[in-house]
Amino acid sequence: MAKRIDVSGLSAYYGSFRAIEDISMTVEPRSVTAFIGPSGCGKSTFLRTLNRMHEVTPGGRVEGKVMLDDENLYAAGIDPVSVRREVGMVFQRPNPFPTMSVYDNVAAGLKLLGSYKKSQLDDIVEKSLRGANLWNEVKDRLNKPGSGLSGGQQQRLCIARAIAVEPNVLLMDEPCSALDPISTLAIEDLIGELKERFTIVIVTHNMQQAARVSDRTAFFNLAAVGQPGKLIEIDDTERIFSNPSVQATEDYISGRFG
Amino acid sequence: MDITTQKNTATPPPAPQPTEAERKRAARGATRPGDRIFLGLSRGSGILLLAIMAAIAGFLTYRAVLAISKDEGNFLTTFEWNTGTQPPVFGIAVLAYGTVISSIIAMVIAVPISVAIALFLTHYAPRRLSGPIAYVIDLLAAVPSIVYGLWGALILVPQMEGLFGWLDDYFGWTGIFDWQGGPARSMLTVGILLAIMILPIITNVSREVFRQVPQMHEEAALALGATRWEVIRMAVLPFGRSGVISASMLGLGRALGETMAVATVLSPDFLIHASLLDPGGGTFAQNIASKFGEADTFGRDALIASGLVLFVITLLVNGAARMIIARRKEYSGANA
Repeated sequence: MAKRIDVSGLSAYYGSFRAIEDISMTVEPRSVTAFIGPSGCGKSTFLRTLNRMHEVTPGGRVEGKVMLDDENLYAAGIDPVSVRREVGMVFQRPNPFPTMSVYDNVAAGLKLLGSYKKSQLDDIVEKSLRGANLWNEVKDRLNKPGSGLSGGQQQRLCIARAIAVEPNVLLMDEPCSALDPISTLAIEDLIGELKERFTIVIVTHNMQQAARVSDRTAFFNLAAVGQPGKLIEIDDTERIFSNPSVQATEDYISGRFG
Repeated sequence: MDITTQKNTATPPPAPQPTEAERKRAARGATRPGDRIFLGLSRGSGILLLAIMAAIAGFLTYRAVLAISKDEGNFLTTFEWNTGTQPPVFGIAVLAYGTVISSIIAMVIAVPISVAIALFLTHYAPRRLSGPIAYVIDLLAAVPSIVYGLWGALILVPQMEGLFGWLDDYFGWTGIFDWQGGPARSMLTVGILLAIMILPIITNVSREVFRQVPQMHEEAALALGATRWEVIRMAVLPFGRSGVISASMLGLGRALGETMAVATVLSPDFLIHASLLDPGGGTFAQNIASKFGEADTFGRDALIASGLVLFVITLLVNGAARMIIARRKEYSGANA
């Protein structure tokens, strides 16, 4: 199930512009790793290289290695489509399919994988919605459009959709930045539960959130606008927020810049 | 100072109550001269449109009733168009059949091809290629229909004979593809020509719709591990569904009303042919175009009556399309 991510020497480009440079890190299975850093430092770009979504952007290109346990995601002959089935993703803005019901949204990924019996689908949909702490709120409206839910519910629906296919890794790109505090709390609680089953990587602008939910924190920074973003350090969250080993990290988390 | 006294001193003297008319105007946001002028202009335009529509409908109905009241045949079922004889005998059965069947053929051919072209341009073609192709499609839309008609009559009709022979060999047994060997001036040829003519409009509108599919919906599908085709099936086509229906209705409107191209290609008669390959039949617009010149006042009234039926058919088709779109409105993506 949950797998270890081992990144080495990874750079990502938009055309000729190098957005992130030479990043190496290890993400432990069944843990939450938070990426923090100022806007434009490439943390979202880096996140998107972990499920090969970066190359969907026109001009997007990646150099380096991302090992998922012992499989290099960027090896020749690896199909990005199969990578994305293994590494799920939740986006900044909740994006349930507007043309589908709550049920069909959760089942969408399963229908890509193959044909399931109706009873099997029902079970997985219920399990995923329960896993996303959404079941009680939507069990009576499974056949209503997913876009009719509130923003926080939509985001949990997207999480249910992502975990329904039992990925090894769950990537979250600022999953709470479009949500109110109550919904944010619900998602943060959920992240705490999900890390029992998945390897979770979360990008956040909210340092309190990183401190609350993550086991490890990675700080990204860039020298100047137009320069590539770099990984400054990655360490246990407690240490990053109490006694980081790099001065720039301390300046950032104490609010001296960014 | 505590809050209650502050409130009391801050209370303004009661304002004079606005009259009913003033409040209504304020609710429409039309209290200043500029607003009032614009309100008048836009309301006037709306009323003018309704008035013109009512005038056209009234004129058509009046002239149509004049003609139909003297018709000795059944206006809806008669297979004849003799307005100059005494008594006059005419009916629209053949025209209605021909109009509907040629439009159906055109839609069956044009809609899938147009949607495929639009998907290719928005999701598959490299940008270098999609620009020129889109330009050529725009050019197709600008060709006058009489040019299509001439091309159809001089080039398409002779070329169709090969296809007709093949259809007759393999599908002649169905009856609708039975070919007696006449010139290919039949409903199928008309349908194919109409398909080419309505292809650009359906393609262009569909392309705009597909282009507006939010990036985040496509990324949602991609992140679930969808292939490009699965992204299109999960996110693009459902989102574009109502737009494609609207696009098809625009195309259908043109196909139903197309005049010169049909009149140039078809060799008309007043029979309903079971086979789509038999030359003959007719459409409303084609019949009006070919008979209007030599018709007397009564003949023209009869043609106007047939035009009124075309008008009604178009309304029904549009109403049906709107119902299809409205039925799944909450899933349209408009509330996302």
